[in-house]
Amino acid sequence: MKVTVEITRRPEIADPQGTTIQRALTDLGHNDVVSVRVDRVIHLDVTGEDPETVRTMVEDMCRQVLANPVLEDFTVAVGE
Amino acid sequence: MRAAVAVFPGTNCEHDVVHGLTSLGGDAELVWHRETDLSGFDGVVLPGGFAHGDYLRTGAIARFSPVMAEVERMAREGLPVLGICNGFQVLCESGLLPGALIANRDLAFICRFVEVEVTDTDTVLTRAAELGQRIEIPLNSYEGSWVDPAGTGRIALRYVDDPNGSQDGAAAVANRRGNVVGVMPHPERGVEGLLGSSDGQILFEGFLRSPVMA
Repeated sequence: MKVTVEITRRPEIADPQGTTIQRALTDLGHNDVVSVRVDRVIHLDVTGEDPETVRTMVEDMCRQVLANPVLEDFTVAVGE
Repeated sequence: MRAAVAVFPGTNCEHDVVHGLTSLGGDAELVWHRETDLSGFDGVVLPGGFAHGDYLRTGAIARFSPVMAEVERMAREGLPVLGICNGFQVLCESGLLPGALIANRDLAFICRFVEVEVTDTDTVLTRAAELGQRIEIPLNSYEGSWVDPAGTGRIALRYVDDPNGSQDGAAAVANRRGNVVGVMPHPERGVEGLLGSSDGQILFEGFLRSPVMA
C-alpha cells in the first residue's frame, strides 16, 4: 500500500530556506510571491490490507521518528 | 572522571574530545554507538560530526542508536551528559534537552571563533567558570539555531553577538537538573594556545569535576 507522509514545519518556526528562495524569486521579478515554505514529503510502500490500520501504523512512525514534535506537524495519505 | 565518548557513523570530533579531556587529566575512551553497557563510566560526551549522515533531521536517527539507552540512563541518574554540536542536536531529538536545532538564520555554514558569556554556573559544563565570564571557542555548524517554543530551556552560555538566530542567543542549553548540557560551539577545539584559544579548558574542567547532580 502506498502511503504519502507530508511533514510541515509549524508556521511559528522560522524557515530560512523558504525565506531565501522567496528572496531569489523576488530578485527574478516574481513580485507576487508573498511567502515560501519548504517542507518534506516521504513516500512509503507498506504491506497491509486495511487502510485504517496502515494509517494508524504510519502515524505512529511519524510521532516516533519521521516528524519532530517540537517543530513539525504531519499528514498521512493512504493510497492503494 | 572516566568519560565515554560516543562514536556514531559520521561522528568526526571524537579524537579532539578525547584529547581535550585527557590533556586536562581526565580519562576518556571511545565507545561505538552499538555499545549497550556504559556502567564503567562516570559521564558521557556525544561529540560533533554528522551522525548517521544527518539523514531525516540532524540527530533523528542517532537518538535510536543502542548506546542512547545508556545515555538516557546516565541522564536519569544525574551523571554528566554533554552533547557538542551534532551531539547537542542528538540530545534535543532524544528529548533529553528541550527544543530543537534548525538551519542558521542566514543559511550560512558558520566556521569561526565566537565569544560566549556564561549565564548559569550550575551545570556540568559551566560549573568551573564564573557568571559573566567570556569565553572564545570555535563555532562550526549549519543547523545551529536553537528554538524552544515551550520556553523551558535553561541557558548556560549565550552568544555575545548572536551569529545564527538562536533563541535568546543560546549557545549552550541545560536540562532542569543541569547534568545534561548541549553546546553548539566546540570546547575541544579551544583547549590549548596552539589552537588559537585555551578558553575551552574551563568548560572541560567543569565537566571532569562534576559530581552526580541531584
